[in-house]
Amino acid sequence: MGRLLVIQVFNGLVNGAFYALLSLGLAVIFGMLRIVNFAHGAMYMLGAFTAYTLGERYGLGFWPSLLIAPLLVGLLGVLIERTMLRRLYNLRPAYNLLLTFGLTLVIQDGVRLVYGISGAPYASPPQLAGVTNLGFTMFPTYRLFVICVSVVVCGLTFYVIERTPVGAIVRACTENPTVTRTFGVDVSLWVTAVFGFGSALAGLAGVLAAPIYSVDPLMGSELIITTFAVVVIGGMGSILGSILTGFTVGILVAIGSALYPPIANTLVFILMALVLLVRPTGLFGLPEGGR
Amino acid sequence: MKTIFLAALLLVAPALAQQPDKVTVGVLSDMNGIYSALGGPGSVVSAQMAVDAFVKRHPEYAGKVEVVSADHQNKADIATNRAQEMIERQGVNAIFDVPNSACALAVAGVVKTRNALFLDEGAGTTELTSEQCNTHTFHYGYDNYMLANGTGTAVTKRGGKTWFIIYPNYKFGQNLNLQMRKAVEAAGGKIIAPSEATPFPNTDFSSYLLKAQSLRPQIFGTMQAGGDLVNVVKQYNEFALKKGGIGLAIGLLFDTDVDALGQDAFAGAVVTVPWFWNIDAQSKAWSADFQKRFGKKPSWVHGGVYSAVSTYLDAVARAKSTDAEKVRAALEGFHFNDFFAHNGSIRPQDHVLLLDVVQVEVKPKSEATEERDYFKIVSRTPAAQAFMPLSENPCQMGK
Repeated sequence: MGRLLVIQVFNGLVNGAFYALLSLGLAVIFGMLRIVNFAHGAMYMLGAFTAYTLGERYGLGFWPSLLIAPLLVGLLGVLIERTMLRRLYNLRPAYNLLLTFGLTLVIQDGVRLVYGISGAPYASPPQLAGVTNLGFTMFPTYRLFVICVSVVVCGLTFYVIERTPVGAIVRACTENPTVTRTFGVDVSLWVTAVFGFGSALAGLAGVLAAPIYSVDPLMGSELIITTFAVVVIGGMGSILGSILTGFTVGILVAIGSALYPPIANTLVFILMALVLLVRPTGLFGLPEGGR
Repeated sequence: MKTIFLAALLLVAPALAQQPDKVTVGVLSDMNGIYSALGGPGSVVSAQMAVDAFVKRHPEYAGKVEVVSADHQNKADIATNRAQEMIERQGVNAIFDVPNSACALAVAGVVKTRNALFLDEGAGTTELTSEQCNTHTFHYGYDNYMLANGTGTAVTKRGGKTWFIIYPNYKFGQNLNLQMRKAVEAAGGKIIAPSEATPFPNTDFSSYLLKAQSLRPQIFGTMQAGGDLVNVVKQYNEFALKKGGIGLAIGLLFDTDVDALGQDAFAGAVVTVPWFWNIDAQSKAWSADFQKRFGKKPSWVHGGVYSAVSTYLDAVARAKSTDAEKVRAALEGFHFNDFFAHNGSIRPQDHVLLLDVVQVEVKPKSEATEERDYFKIVSRTPAAQAFMPLSENPCQMGK
């Protein structure tokens, strides 16, 4: 049993890697734009399908796709922000929800029309196929790679936003857009960039997921609900909160599902309810009034 | 002048009455959702092909047989409404396809009290012909019993003696798990650990695969279907269970699942099917025809719809009526052979279509000779043993 639990920690890290990447994207977008982006799951799914298409049509393998697919998804995010979201900032938040939710349905059905409902095959890159001996178990090499990529990307994002001049501008735009504007910063450009970056993170998660999960039009809609719960637990808009909570929830759910399988899908929501009872702003969130 | 015309019309009338009834065939399916690839628009094409061939055999029906279709969107209440509309407004005499067990049971409830029949090819539940059977409902092609019984027996007899099974925790999965266990034990196999119920839907199956790794059964049985099945098999390969000598047995596998994951990912897995597109020369010829019309190769549901519509229309011709009771009588106990149903017969007591079924192993891509050449036959189950024996069937048709 003890050995199984240790292995489950690794599996939890894999799931956590996806939760962290996705909720980080959501948190960055929420922090800057104050919108809850329902289309995030669709961006994740598009990342996987873009990788598939790059491979099928243009013969590009996993490695180039790992860079190109997030870029393309990020560009789509930029386009969506510039042409649609932008027009809704002065309206009530419900309009953003409607727009991003509607976009999700449009994107899902579009993909379904092109690729069909049953999904697309995608193999692990040959360099990472097979298993690695961790001493106590044989663990798929590709999964270890996913954990590493996620940790590195999350760490870099955190570093850039909290410790660099670029991050300082982003944080300033978040804290007080009006004042930041008076300093000559083109806030609207930064808003677009941040939305594009958040979408690209979802796209990256999608590419990483393609070799281990079913690549189908609904893959994002299932994962995104859990991710929202992670964001709420971590505190809406908190960068560090979403990363740490992503990995923690991944591990807790994996251990929970090893001890009592039926709880796997519910555990995250139980956690969310408990956290909301004790700390309504989430584990790392600041009170709304503090903003 | 008018009177003469009317008189003439009256004289002709009896002759008109001799002409066959108009027949309307209804295809009720999932047109856009997860089952649309294996049923859906392809089933409409199949039904039309069956109608065309029937009219060629029976020229007196030329222009009298029509196919209509509707989408049940995988919701039982919509299935109920659509089935009612088909029968009452469009004059549908028989409904076909209907994947999704909940929808199929809803349609069975509708035809029960109406002058229409229902021949289901798309759904798996055995309840259509057992607990919830009725005189107007037929089950055609496959069901959960046949899948589990065929695969469990065949794989165990081929040497897979020790089993560990996982199943999705809803009716379909629970049912399949029970049948599979029974079949394995009856064939002399052993279930070495309690079957694990997995949440549904689920993406991460690693904990179950790790458990399988430590249990070391000869066969890992997965009762998952669709997207969940794709996830299980992807991760089964990832955790390299096959290399560890743990074989894979699958409860329900459609060609479309193999499309979704690629042939090599499934290679070596064993599953039971009633039919596949290149099972024999006759089927290949039909499938080529289907592909010409639809653009894709047929699933076994598409083959089943063609066979069922043909069998139904022939029964209408024999009964010289579309009256549900008369056609039912013409169908019950009927023996026939076509490209889909080998040694086919309709069991009068519960309306199960009995037919020979096969256990297939998924070929690796290197052995495939053409596109979608997925399966090789490893054993056959004759019609008489493939389905639930009457002695186990609680069906009580209200007679």
